Order: sequence, then C-alpha cells, then structure tokens
Amino acid sequence: MSVTEDEVRHVATLARLGLDESRIPTIAAELNGILAHMEVLSKVDTSIVGPVTGVGAAGTPLRVDGGNQIPLARPREAFAPAMRDGLLLVPRLATHEDVDVETA
Amino acid sequence: MEATLSAAELAKRHALGSVAPAETVKQAFARASEIRAGPQGLNALLSTDREAALGAADEVSRLHREGNRPRPLAGVPVVVKANIATLTMPTSCGSRILEHYVSPFESTVVTRLRAAGAIVIGKTNMDEFAMGSSTENSAFGPAKNPLDPTRVPGGSSGGSAACVAAGIVRIALGSETGGSVRQPASFCGVVGVKPTYGRVSRYGLVAFASSLDQVGVFGRTVDDAALGLGAIAGRDRYDSTSADVPVDDYRALADRDLEGVKIGRPREYFPESLDARIRDRCDASLELLRGLGATVRDVSLPHTELAIPTYYIIAPAEASSNLARFDGVRYGLRVNAPALRDMYERTRSEGFGPEVTRRILLGTYVLSAGYYDAYYRKAQEVRALIADDFRRVFDSGVNVLFTPTAPTPAFPLGTRSDPYDMYLSDIFTATANLAGIPALSLPVGRVDGMPVGGQVMASHFDEATLFRVAYALERALGEDAHR
Repeated sequence: MSVTEDEVRHVATLARLGLDESRIPTIAAELNGILAHMEVLSKVDTSIVGPVTGVGAAGTPLRVDGGNQIPLARPREAFAPAMRDGLLLVPRLATHEDVDVETA
Repeated sequence: MEATLSAAELAKRHALGSVAPAETVKQAFARASEIRAGPQGLNALLSTDREAALGAADEVSRLHREGNRPRPLAGVPVVVKANIATLTMPTSCGSRILEHYVSPFESTVVTRLRAAGAIVIGKTNMDEFAMGSSTENSAFGPAKNPLDPTRVPGGSSGGSAACVAAGIVRIALGSETGGSVRQPASFCGVVGVKPTYGRVSRYGLVAFASSLDQVGVFGRTVDDAALGLGAIAGRDRYDSTSADVPVDDYRALADRDLEGVKIGRPREYFPESLDARIRDRCDASLELLRGLGATVRDVSLPHTELAIPTYYIIAPAEASSNLARFDGVRYGLRVNAPALRDMYERTRSEGFGPEVTRRILLGTYVLSAGYYDAYYRKAQEVRALIADDFRRVFDSGVNVLFTPTAPTPAFPLGTRSDPYDMYLSDIFTATANLAGIPALSLPVGRVDGMPVGGQVMASHFDEATLFRVAYALERALGEDAHR
C-alpha cells in the first residue's frame, strides 16, 4: 500500500489540518517511508490472539457515571473568555472584514 | 556540602532545621543560572517560579517549626515536564498551540509531590506533545545534554533529564509513552523509572497516547527515584485507569543482596548489530548481578522486532484523537478565519510543528476507512503478542529482565533527519509501554565519554523488585557507573 497525494489531502481534511499544497508531495513521501516499515506486521500470524485496547487484563476500567467534581484553582469565570447566564461564551468567528487583524 | 546529599537526606536536614529549605531553593536557582539552564544555554528549563518556590520553602520551614510531622520530600526542589499541569507556570507541552496555557487545575502527581513537601521550581523543555526522542522537536528550540552540549539529552523528557544531570535538582518528573524517561535518563547518565501502567495517576498529564502514557520519575540516584515514585504512586479517583493496588515501600529493599533473584537476558535486545561497547557494559553489569547472588539466564521475547512498527501505529492513532481537542476553541492558540473549518485548520497548522503534524496525519490515516484493519487492528493484535512474550517469561520464574536502554549513547544535535531513524531510538524501551510493565534505566558506564544506561524490567506492579535490583547494581558499580 502506498499513500497518494490525494489521500494526504483527504487525511488532512479529516484531521482538520490545513496543509500548504507545496508540502503535500514531501509529506506523502515521508508517510510512505514510515509505512513501508509497518508492512512487516502484515506477515505476522495473529489468528490466535484478539486485539487489545489496553494493557490491563481486566480491560478498560469503568466508573460510575457522574464522576467526581474536578477541583479548579480558579472559578470558571477566571479562565473563560466570557460568560453569560452561567454559560461559557467562546470567541465569535471572524468576519471577512476583520480576519487579517484578529488573531488570538 | 548539600549538593552531594540524596533527596532523602536533604529532606531530613530540612526537618531537623540544620539546612534551611529557602537556601536549598536558592542553590537550585543559582546552579540553574551557573550552568545556563535557560533558553540561552542548555534550554532545559522553559519556565521557573522563584517567588512561589521561595514561598513554599518558607512554608516548609514554618510547618517544621510548628512541630508538624517530617515529610519525605520536605523542601526538596523538583522540576516537572511541561506537559504536566501546574497552577502557576505554562503547561505548554513544548508547543506553540499551548504556549501561554496555564492550567486551571493541578495534576495529581504535582499535588502529591507538594503534599510530600517537594517544591516545584520549574517546568522543563520537551519534544512537542512528547513526540520525539531528542527534545529537538520542541517549539522553543532544542534542549542540550549537560555532559556535552553538542549532543541531545534524549527525549521526549530531555529537559527534566538534563536538569537532574546538571545538578539543579535531585528529582524530576517526566512522562513516558515509548521510552521518554528511560532513554533521556540513559543519555544523561541519571536514573529514570517508568512505572506500571496504572501505578501513577495520569490526571493532569496532557494526553498523547492514553493506553501507553505514564508519568515517570528521574533521580540522580536509584534512591532519589524510589523516593519520588513512592510519593506519587497509588490510586487516584480522578483517573479511572489508575489501579487500586497497594504501593510498596520502594526503599525497603535498598540494602538487600540478590539471593534468589532470577534475571533474564533477552537475546533480542543484544542483536549482532548492537554497539559492542554497549553490549560489553551491559554484560559486565550482568556479571556483577550474578556476583550479588542472582542467577542469570538467556530468554527470548520473539516479537521484540515488531515493537517499533506496532508502537508507531498505535501511538499516532491515539494521538490523532487526543490532539483533536486543540482546535482554537477551548485551549491556547486561535487563528481566526471567516469560517469555522478554516479557523480549525489555520489554528492547528500554525500551532503544531512538523513532527506532531506528521503523526496526526499518520494516525488519522491508519484509523481511516480501508486501512483500519490492515494497520490499527493488526497493530493491536501484535501488541497482544508482545505482551504475551513478557507474560511467558515472567511466568517461567524470571523476576526481572536486563537489557541496554538504548542502542546508542547520546547523538549529536541535528544528525537524525529521517523520522524512522529517530523512532528506532525507542527500540528497547517501547516494548515495556506496549506491555504496560514497569522498567528503569540506570547508568552502567560510558562509551566515548557519554553515559550508557542499563534497563531493568519487571512484571506488572513489581516495582519493588525493580528497585531491589537497581539498588544492588548501583552499589556494585560504584563510580564505574560514570566512567
């Protein structure tokens, strides 16, 4: 299997990464170089094992839904960009007019 | 005089009042200044908080004056990696995207260190989001090895290792996903321990690959590392994956010989291609261990050669999911754009460096439709085989394994440009993360003037035996560990 430049664009879209078009051939070559080393896995007989998703024999531990109150060092208002009626307000998206001057 | 004391002895003197904690803290900052640990020098420290550290030192003194019970790390300065949440210094993860991010909550490990009396004096440089083996991937420039500043300190916890090796602190926290404590410990000539998965809380450790990540401890000596790990280990209600398993006293077996201990020498960790000088150092250590009463025998972990391909599928896959949260909305950097998707893409592209971008793409690819079974599912199955290798060996009666920590000593800055070449630095360490077992690196000598680490690995939650062997070997090596 080899990664095409179109697949790099597709994966970048999935990962919400805006890649400069000029970097795509290099990234495709790098990914192919790395994935070539992964091909050895396809030759391994894994029919006797199931996949593991963690390292403990007991599997993923669960806790009671609801969890613990996380102690914050400062009230939410102190680190939220803004609050209204107890809700966090995130910055609004820029408009076409202010996109060039507004960076966080 | 205090510079040569162990952390335990230093804490004792603070408690007795014969050494003032504030003086110890000032000495740590003086040492950092003397060896230029900041950006203009070793670049090991990204931020410090002198005022808070001196305030904490005064608090330690006050508590002792008032007759409070002595604490194991009373007044001992420590540094922590920049991906571990603290309340007063940025938890930048070595990344532009979190450059100014100060956590609103504190990691459990830092809370526990402070409860034990330790004083956090700074945050250390690291490969961005812990992705790297040299600390060259930091957005804030590479850290350098204090033993030879033309060489890397290892990574990704290179800043923490460098601070211990340079004598700024005796104990430091790092994090491990594939060897990021043990490999820099080996490169810098200090002790580094990765505990069993679940031994230490990950609450407040910024996630890279959640099924592999653990907080680890650096120490100038085995005893320093044992003391540090003892302070942070144990169940935490804020981390469901932390295990409810009793914590042993890791310092209890410090003086024991090794009568009855069975040590395995896995042949896959001593390949023909291994630098003969590193092989000789490790075999000499095995001879010493035999002389202390241990029995040593060859064992096989046949799937070892599959560890790097397996690790570099699973870790990027988990990273691609974990790092999705850095999107310009909730944390750190935000680069505005007319539409939401453009804002996400511009923020992430400007915020993440090349290695993080590469791994997010790789992880997204191996999880994507059509490739999931061939890569991700297959890697998870091979991970089970790697874990079975260890289980079989430990079930056969072997107590610990002994191997080199890394295939080379610290290499010169800027000499590993091929990503996969860099990944091979983790060849002897990633297996322990994949299997979830504890492992420790300690200095066993030098090659070309640079330190070489020997690695001890044990079965799940048997850190006590890990430390027993490490204490004994450190004692037997004496000054030979550093020459």
